[in-house]
Amino acid sequence: MLQIKDLHAGIEGKEILKGINLTIRPGEVHAIMGPNGSGKSTLASVLAGRSDYEVTGGSVDFLGKDLLELAPEARAGEGLFLAFQYPVEIPGLSTINFMKTAVNEVRKYRGQEVLDAAEFLKLMKEKMSLVNIDKNLLTRSLNEGFSGGEKKRNEVFQMAMLEPRLAILDETDSGLDIDAIRIAAAGVNAIRSKENATLVITHYQRLLDYIVPDFVHVLYNGRIVKSGGKELALELEETGYSFLKNEMNIA
Amino acid sequence: MNDGLSTIEQQITSDYKYGFTSDFEADQAPKGLNEDIIRFISGKKNEPEWMLEWRLKAYRHWLKMEVPEWANIKYPPVDFQNIIYYSAPKQTKKLNSLDEIDPELRRTFEKLGISLDEQKRLSGVAVDAVIDSVSVATTFREQLGELGIIFCSMSEAIQEHPELIKKYIGSVVPMTDNFYSALNSAVFTDGSFCYIPKGVRCPMELSTYFRINAQNTGQFERTLIVAEEGSYVSYLEGCTAPMRDENQLHAAVVELIAMDHAEIKYSTVQNWYPGDKEGKGGIYNFVTKRGICAGVHSKISWTQVETGSAVTWKYPSCILKGDHSVGEFYSVAVTNHHQQADTGTKMIHLGKNTRSRIVSKGISAGVSHNSYRGLVSVAKNATNARNFSQCDSLLLGDRCGAHTFPYIEVKNNTAQVEHEATTSKIGEDQIFYCNQRGIDTETAVALIVNGFAKEVMNQLPMEFAVEAQKLLAITLEGSVG
Ligand SMILES: Nc1ncnc2c1ncn2[C@@H]1O[C@H](COP(=O)(O)OP(=O)(O)OP(=O)(O)O)[C@@H](O)[C@H]1O
Ligand SMILES: [Mg+2]
Repeated sequence: MLQIKDLHAGIEGKEILKGINLTIRPGEVHAIMGPNGSGKSTLASVLAGRSDYEVTGGSVDFLGKDLLELAPEARAGEGLFLAFQYPVEIPGLSTINFMKTAVNEVRKYRGQEVLDAAEFLKLMKEKMSLVNIDKNLLTRSLNEGFSGGEKKRNEVFQMAMLEPRLAILDETDSGLDIDAIRIAAAGVNAIRSKENATLVITHYQRLLDYIVPDFVHVLYNGRIVKSGGKELALELEETGYSFLKNEMNIA
Repeated sequence: MNDGLSTIEQQITSDYKYGFTSDFEADQAPKGLNEDIIRFISGKKNEPEWMLEWRLKAYRHWLKMEVPEWANIKYPPVDFQNIIYYSAPKQTKKLNSLDEIDPELRRTFEKLGISLDEQKRLSGVAVDAVIDSVSVATTFREQLGELGIIFCSMSEAIQEHPELIKKYIGSVVPMTDNFYSALNSAVFTDGSFCYIPKGVRCPMELSTYFRINAQNTGQFERTLIVAEEGSYVSYLEGCTAPMRDENQLHAAVVELIAMDHAEIKYSTVQNWYPGDKEGKGGIYNFVTKRGICAGVHSKISWTQVETGSAVTWKYPSCILKGDHSVGEFYSVAVTNHHQQADTGTKMIHLGKNTRSRIVSKGISAGVSHNSYRGLVSVAKNATNARNFSQCDSLLLGDRCGAHTFPYIEVKNNTAQVEHEATTSKIGEDQIFYCNQRGIDTETAVALIVNGFAKEVMNQLPMEFAVEAQKLLAITLEGSVG
């Protein structure tokens, strides 16, 4: 469903992604790990279509479409979702209103009927219980004054609402307490299916106990330098990233 | 990021949606202003002698006055001799039903989305529609009449309730108050009059749509609202004007009077033609709005959503004379392209235990300038006066300007005056966040702006809040790419 080939991207003339290759098939869960500053969030942003990043080479195919040609909102319409590492605050706009607009815009894009208030409420209730989020949070200004964990939980809620084909979770576990991680993982697992895929960016093996990945990749200095099964995450937890420097120096 | 912002500005292409003109025959005065023109206007309206004298007095005073220049706005001088001061759509006989209205006029209203028929009654809105200078239709007057409420055009009020007009006209905004109020006093052509008798709660929103239509027609309405003891009224004024190349002058005067325990809520949605992208054309909106809380425990609340006009100069104010009276000012002012707005309020605390609250939200895009100018004044005898002011500015792009000019004059040391101000920018990251959820940039800006303005929008009567939200979005269309 997602094929990234030799993707190069950067910002203000500085290259950050230096040739990424990654294929994700429907039904798979991939995890990306890697040291701070290695380019994980950059990869997520480039896939989501953030315009500050300039793509300087390579290609990305998403469900048969040239992803890089699509506007960010069209990517969302096609089923790409990004749970942000740093969710943005919008004063005066409640998550409910935000989601009502988002769900209906995405439905319009997909040629589906927009939901009326009652239908929307029904969907919302269903997803709220799925990710165990408090209604009060959803009536407050989007992310404004939310705790770190609340913001992340809100991202998971939004993901559940939008039912994406490919969800990218950028350190959604950071800041979550253990119970919340379980709930977030349950949210991800609930929408897991043969058709959908998930790309989890994380620093901690712990999340992967709940969202068990089919593949783990190590991103270092703008490249995927190592890929393996879920045991790679355990290995990294033990050894850290110091091996990378040695390996890279030899290479 | 840079790329993002320049597309933001390139895309400023929103067209004014209400830019059409209707061509019914106008019955109008020749261009220019002199005593004969004033006599012509007064004569057309069949006014009593005292009214004509009042106008002439204002005119003679106006001749001695100078155009105010202290506001943070720039525009070429207005040629007051190049304006037509009276223009009325031809309409010979009094209308008994809406079906008798000139079909062209009907279509104009329809394009504006004002339906004068049963729908409005069902939604509980009485409309006194003003096209150019003559009020053409007043609905639900009978229903209101049963409660003793008077809601009619100013011209009719002068004929039918001269004692009330004589008593209150110019009592809050004296004809000599300022250049434009003097001009208005001399040449005002119509407007609305509203009288709520003692103890009556007006059961519906009273609403007037003003519309400037014939070319080169200045519009000078006068609105007067009197709320007697213990009464309540909510009044909404909404405006749209068709597209024009030449600048048109609009200088209205609004006076509100609230007696003991009375409350007046006055809401404005102003969407006059702002001029084109290059700053050509557009309405000059120089308005004097003032209310007096004359009685104890009275309350006046101004809510305005200002999205139109090339130049706006407007400070709806409250004189808090009665003890325990309350004044409120809620404002959203949006400027785009070359629009300039200098708006705010004056809260004059005279009585004891008076309170005022100011919430101003300025939104600037393009190369526009948006200024808040507010005065909070506490007189020597106004013990325990309280004021809270919140002035927030939101910038779209980096070529526009937001300015805040708060003036505070306190002569009583029991007063508590608080002022808070913030300036923020719509962030690319906010827009991207929305984009990522499938929301296009236009809609994202509308969501963010409406969020920013929410506190004020919440003050609008329900029926108009939706319309006002749409207007914000229309005004800012294409201002962020
Ligand atoms: N807007 C930007 N301007 C300049 N440099 C940037 C920008 N965004 C990212 N970078 C740089 O690109 C590199 C990769 O950043 P990125 O956020 O992708 O790392 P990451 O792998 O997600 O790190 P972390 O684990 O800390 O979240 C870093 O060196 C960062 O400083
Ligand atoms: Mg990151």
